[in-house]
Amino acid sequence: MILTKIIKKLALATLSCAMIGATQAAENVGFVYVSPIGDAGWTYQHDLGRLQLEKETGVTTSFVENVAEGPDAERVIREMAKRGDKVIFATSFGFMNYALKVSKSFPKTAFVHATGYKLGKNMGLVNARFYEGRYLTGVIAGEMTKSNVLGYVAAFPIPEVLQGINAFIQGARSVNPKAELRVIWVNSWFDPGKERQAALTLLSQNSDVITHHTDSTAVVQAAEDQGKYAFGYHSDMSKYGPKAHLTAATHHWGDYYVNTVKAVQAGNWKPGSVWGGYAEGMVKLAPLNKAIPGELQDRIRKMEAQLKAGTLHPFAGPVVDQSGKTVVAAGQNMTDDQLNQMNYYLQGVVSKIPN
Amino acid sequence: MLRLERRPEASHLMSYASPLIAIGLMLVGGLLLFTLLGKNPLEGFKVFFINPISDWYGVSELLLKATPLMLIAVGLAVGFRANVWNIGAEGQLIVGGITASAVALYFQESEGVHVLILMVLAGGLGGMLWAAIPAFLKTRFNTNEILVSLMLVYVAQLLVSWLVHGPMMDPDGFNFPQSRMFEDSALLPLLSEGNRLNLAFIFALAALLVGYVFMYRSFTGFQMQVAGFAKNAARYAGFSAKRMVWIGLLSGGAMAGLAGMAEVAGPMGQITEHVSSNYGFAAIIVAFVARLNPVGIFFASLLMALLYLGGEQAQQYMNLPSSISNVFQGMLLLFLLGSDVFINYRLRWKEAVA
Repeated sequence: MILTKIIKKLALATLSCAMIGATQAAENVGFVYVSPIGDAGWTYQHDLGRLQLEKETGVTTSFVENVAEGPDAERVIREMAKRGDKVIFATSFGFMNYALKVSKSFPKTAFVHATGYKLGKNMGLVNARFYEGRYLTGVIAGEMTKSNVLGYVAAFPIPEVLQGINAFIQGARSVNPKAELRVIWVNSWFDPGKERQAALTLLSQNSDVITHHTDSTAVVQAAEDQGKYAFGYHSDMSKYGPKAHLTAATHHWGDYYVNTVKAVQAGNWKPGSVWGGYAEGMVKLAPLNKAIPGELQDRIRKMEAQLKAGTLHPFAGPVVDQSGKTVVAAGQNMTDDQLNQMNYYLQGVVSKIPN
Repeated sequence: MLRLERRPEASHLMSYASPLIAIGLMLVGGLLLFTLLGKNPLEGFKVFFINPISDWYGVSELLLKATPLMLIAVGLAVGFRANVWNIGAEGQLIVGGITASAVALYFQESEGVHVLILMVLAGGLGGMLWAAIPAFLKTRFNTNEILVSLMLVYVAQLLVSWLVHGPMMDPDGFNFPQSRMFEDSALLPLLSEGNRLNLAFIFALAALLVGYVFMYRSFTGFQMQVAGFAKNAARYAGFSAKRMVWIGLLSGGAMAGLAGMAEVAGPMGQITEHVSSNYGFAAIIVAFVARLNPVGIFFASLLMALLYLGGEQAQQYMNLPSSISNVFQGMLLLFLLGSDVFINYRLRWKEAVA
């Protein structure tokens, strides 16, 4: 009987209540997540990193998911710092000002903020060069498209998202100069309904390969339903579209978390700005779909090696923007500063940028 | 046979006992929930309800979180008592946050207390403006204020999203959707060092006091109550129904707008798309748990705020999912609605009639 079980447990609990005291391990690492972990997406990838960290370093970790990017974040972060977490990873842009504020009151704690731009005395920054993976998916898209129209469902026109869009079209046009890209903004990081609607709109307007910079699997699922191709993002989303899912540009934070925590433990951590890509193992492609011809697969593998070696740059000049202006001259690569300030579309994108 | 029987007269005692019963049942439900999740229920109770307020910092966070709930709930209660159903406080809060931020950003070079005073006025007026739309449509075209005020929440969300991506965006912020940080002159003074509790808490207490006087001691408040109990009696007595709609919606809008101002000028210090943490909707639960009574609102806001704080703690110390706070809120509302049945009904043993 469930009831007697509950009563027994309640009785046991009363006995053991006295024993509840300091429940926290001496060394703990805290993670603040913007959304529920779920089974794919931005937070899911961070959580994979957290699990890798536990496994490889033996530290304990705790996390709070679904933390709004508002005043609540400060309380959550402060609670972690107050109880003595050694390292705190705040994994969304909207936590920036709150994490920075708390970091000032806890100078001995190491803080790391993902995707922001404010560095503190004890707050480092981390981000990944997602656009490197995007470039490769663009190459695949340029080869696989029949209509020469590609589609992209995007959240907000911040530099990180624009880098992805522009790398995608650069990749596509490097193999298919006729390729053009349409973008639909859904103004939300996670809204499966809107994402699906946007994907269906793109598909009905002749796009036959689509991708997304949003957090759900809706775009991949929509492509699967319509018998078209799609690239996932953040996570391998192939189980949501076994036929449609060509591959995905995926994020890998685990090594970075392990290195950071080890550096803090060794006492030689310095808050810096890490922007890692293929070379650091932070960006990878998910397994390639069988539908991609072997020759193309080989080429992609070669390009992956070039990205790792640093001999391939997705924004190698000449890079021309939508209006025809050359933003990077031939023979040069786009600088990190330019990447961080990106607020335009490149040639080949046929949509207009909002605002 | 156990039967529900209508009471000859609504039970006064039960109408006050019902929220307490609901809270009690919520706690029991919580203990069961912790047990079913394989957690020690007493530890769960401690983590959820005691840990968050075990020091002054925790208490200050509780008061900070409860402040917007108090402000909004007391404003809404004025209308709810007259059956004016403003469901859109969330949108009014956002617009108040926008108008207050506009003042802060416009006066970013200036020092002095006038910035804050103007922000308070702008926040209140912004919320009133947003609430005036359903009030106008209701009094002029007899539209349903529940629908109109609710739909305007989404309009407000899109409005703030557009503003922080456009006119209000920090020019040095790498295109991220947020305004620049406000200057000190646009921030509400803190009540004590080392935490985030600010002047808005005093505003909330004042609003509860004013709300109490208005609802229980003023003629207009009396009129609105009569209109709530008996619409026809109010009309027969010559009370203007339109005036009540306006007062009901504008008071809710003003308080929600002020709460929005308190968020941007308080713990946020800037405006982003996340002005509200659902305070506009949570305050509706608060108002009902509190029986639309300002004293009750004070305590119900604290309880509601504690559910949020406890949920965070339960995640950090017990690995429970983030939805735990929502489950507690849901139980509270469900049990309240359940026990409210007994205000008008009672249980009776009755012989089954053949």
